[in-house]
Amino acid sequence: MIPELGQFALIIALCLAVAQAILPMWGAQINNLNLMSVGRAAASGQFLFLLIAFLCLAYSFVNNDFSVLYVANNSNTLLPVHYRISAVWGAHEGSLLLWVLALAGWGFAVAVKSRSLPDDMIARVLAVMGMISIGFILFTLLTSNPFERMFPAAPEGRDLNPLLQDPGLVIHPPMLYMGYVGFSVAFAFAIAALISGKLDSAWVRWSRPWANIAWVFLTIGITLGSWWAYQELGWGGWWFWDPVENASFMPWLVATALIHSLAVTEKRATFKSWTVLLSILVFSLSLLGTFLVRSGVLVSVHSFASDPARGVYILAFLAVVVGGSLSLYAWRSVRFSGGGRFDVMSKETLLLLNNVLLVVSMLTILIGTLYPLFLDALGLPKLSVGPPYFSAVFVPLMLPLIFLMGLGPIAKWRRISLLEIFKQLRVLFVIALVLGVVMPIAIYRDTTIMTSLGIGAGAWALFTAVFALTRLLSKRDKSTSVLKALTKIPRAMYGMSVAHIGMGIFIFGVVFTSAFSDQKEIAVKIGNSVELAGYTFLLRGVGPEQGPNYQAMRAQVDVTKNDLPVVTLAPEKRIYTVQTNPMTEASIDEGLFRDLYVALGEPVQQGEWGLRIYYRPFVQWIWLGAMLMAVGGILGATDKRYRISVNKAV
Amino acid sequence: MTPARKQRMIFVIVLVVGFGAATALALFAFQSNLLYFYSPSQIESGEVAANQMFRLGGLVVEGSVQRHADGVTTSFDLTDTQDSITVSYTGLLPDLFREGQGIVAQGKINNDGVFIAQEVLAKHDENYMPPELAEALQQAGGEHPESIQRTQHK
Repeated sequence: MIPELGQFALIIALCLAVAQAILPMWGAQINNLNLMSVGRAAASGQFLFLLIAFLCLAYSFVNNDFSVLYVANNSNTLLPVHYRISAVWGAHEGSLLLWVLALAGWGFAVAVKSRSLPDDMIARVLAVMGMISIGFILFTLLTSNPFERMFPAAPEGRDLNPLLQDPGLVIHPPMLYMGYVGFSVAFAFAIAALISGKLDSAWVRWSRPWANIAWVFLTIGITLGSWWAYQELGWGGWWFWDPVENASFMPWLVATALIHSLAVTEKRATFKSWTVLLSILVFSLSLLGTFLVRSGVLVSVHSFASDPARGVYILAFLAVVVGGSLSLYAWRSVRFSGGGRFDVMSKETLLLLNNVLLVVSMLTILIGTLYPLFLDALGLPKLSVGPPYFSAVFVPLMLPLIFLMGLGPIAKWRRISLLEIFKQLRVLFVIALVLGVVMPIAIYRDTTIMTSLGIGAGAWALFTAVFALTRLLSKRDKSTSVLKALTKIPRAMYGMSVAHIGMGIFIFGVVFTSAFSDQKEIAVKIGNSVELAGYTFLLRGVGPEQGPNYQAMRAQVDVTKNDLPVVTLAPEKRIYTVQTNPMTEASIDEGLFRDLYVALGEPVQQGEWGLRIYYRPFVQWIWLGAMLMAVGGILGATDKRYRISVNKAV
Repeated sequence: MTPARKQRMIFVIVLVVGFGAATALALFAFQSNLLYFYSPSQIESGEVAANQMFRLGGLVVEGSVQRHADGVTTSFDLTDTQDSITVSYTGLLPDLFREGQGIVAQGKINNDGVFIAQEVLAKHDENYMPPELAEALQQAGGEHPESIQRTQHK
């Protein structure tokens, strides 16, 4: 009964999406207020019914209703309740339901928060979001219905993939989807601007915080994914240049370009067409990501299930969205003209360079990700593009970008004097370079050119971000106190600085981890010990352990440094009762300056076990830095000027 | 030049330089970082150049897995049901490495004709088979062996 109710709610949501797509758009064309106002009601209704559908599926999971095929395939009576709930989006069908729910959630948020926008603009924005919704709800109903029944009901479920039974995976997909789908708002705003031919300051003020928030979600989503891979895959790595990772990273890069380009459009009313193009591009890449992940065309650890019909559907949908919006862009974007003039040497040009570098990095990743697929489609030899390719193209593009990161915040609009900037930053530049050489040598007695450049780049990003703030303080009136001056600085300025500091910390983490990690894969007899990076790992013993839905062998590894106890680690080898996959559950001692990571391998012979031991310096800084970037994004999106413009109109 | 035109020139120049750089970088990096995928029968027929790094896919032959005295070196035979080749790997094998399981290994062939793997990948889903591996097996064996078929519930 409940699953049917869910499916029924999904169908009603589809009908509402159709109304939302057609009526407001038509109303905006013929200037009919009644028709336009349908958008808000339909968006709210659609969200409500999708929420009902989602809750119905969650209910079936919690109550172990194995007459529902999707539940039977992805759950089990022994699965702990919190993982039963996260199992709702643990596989294809349910994660699509989450996708449309997130989309409707964004639509609802736009409907509620948009009182101050012109009626025709909001009508068009909601209509475009309705169209996207139709595409995805239809996709869910036609090819991936999560409510499909099986008869007779399965006596027991096949359980959730053990890899997904991890706290990181509970929140990673929702965050990532909120990010992906969030760019549908920026996309819808771009399309609305193209249709109406109007792109004014109200438009930018409106789309900018939305793009920021979507970017924050995407940042958090990718960070959690990376953290999960580190914890759960047992290889001690944090990024693999796996096609599925690239699928989420490409929209992130262009979205980063977009939030910078929106700054130019807001402050200087220029870069308009470019901003619109980027909005279209980000969402297209989000759809491409969905296609790559959901169609199963990739050779990837993430391709849990695949079905050609699904791939064809998404590809066709992608073609319609990208083709349609780009045609519209080609036809209408010439209308956006004007805007402030600027010199060759100006903040505008610096931000343009930032944009080009980000888009170019995205393109190199796109080439690396799609090239094997192209060859495959043409029947040419099969090959894969590995991490060395991505490192080889990515690092040379990131170094100039990080260099520009230092100049951008202090550069003036319209015209800058390079000499002046040089005078302001030369000391910081030298200190950053010196630190790049000194720090690795002081800590690890070793460095290379790339390591020093990397550390220098991180220090540069950090220093210049702080400098951008202190410079504002030094400019203050002599009569105001530092504290007062600090409160006067706009929140968006703090947002920028925090995000850039986050980038600096992230770079530190990446460089130190890749340069000074150490590892050993070795067979160890119980009672014997292994030395790694100054730590002694003593294998005390290995014994059986019973979990709720798995059996495990758990090792006890005592870690000491200079005969002083550091920590006791307990890596496990789990066999899940239902799916019978062995699973390595690594045990990690996390620290601000280093992680110690032990994974248990197979028994080699009586009393001897394979151990995989990693020493990962500064690895936590990677996620810490990324989270700071997200915090910066939140600060930027909640700046006073966006709130005022809303309140004034209410 | 009028300011508007100058501005447009900046745009165009920056874009052209940027995308040119991207193409150059990508092509340059492609030259040395592409990994081809071969099956044991392709190696047998001499398609693989000596000292070339590549990916090898196949099924682990039942009963062929041997552990060496050092405890972390393993050797096993990989087959595409037609030909097979011996693979040697030093390190802990992934969780899903089992006899009869399809895996992909990355490395080079040494002078004795043994494939020295630097990396062994077994997919993290017991039912999942890398597409190129499934195809290679199909080509070599004609019939798709039942044991390696992906189970799909529909």
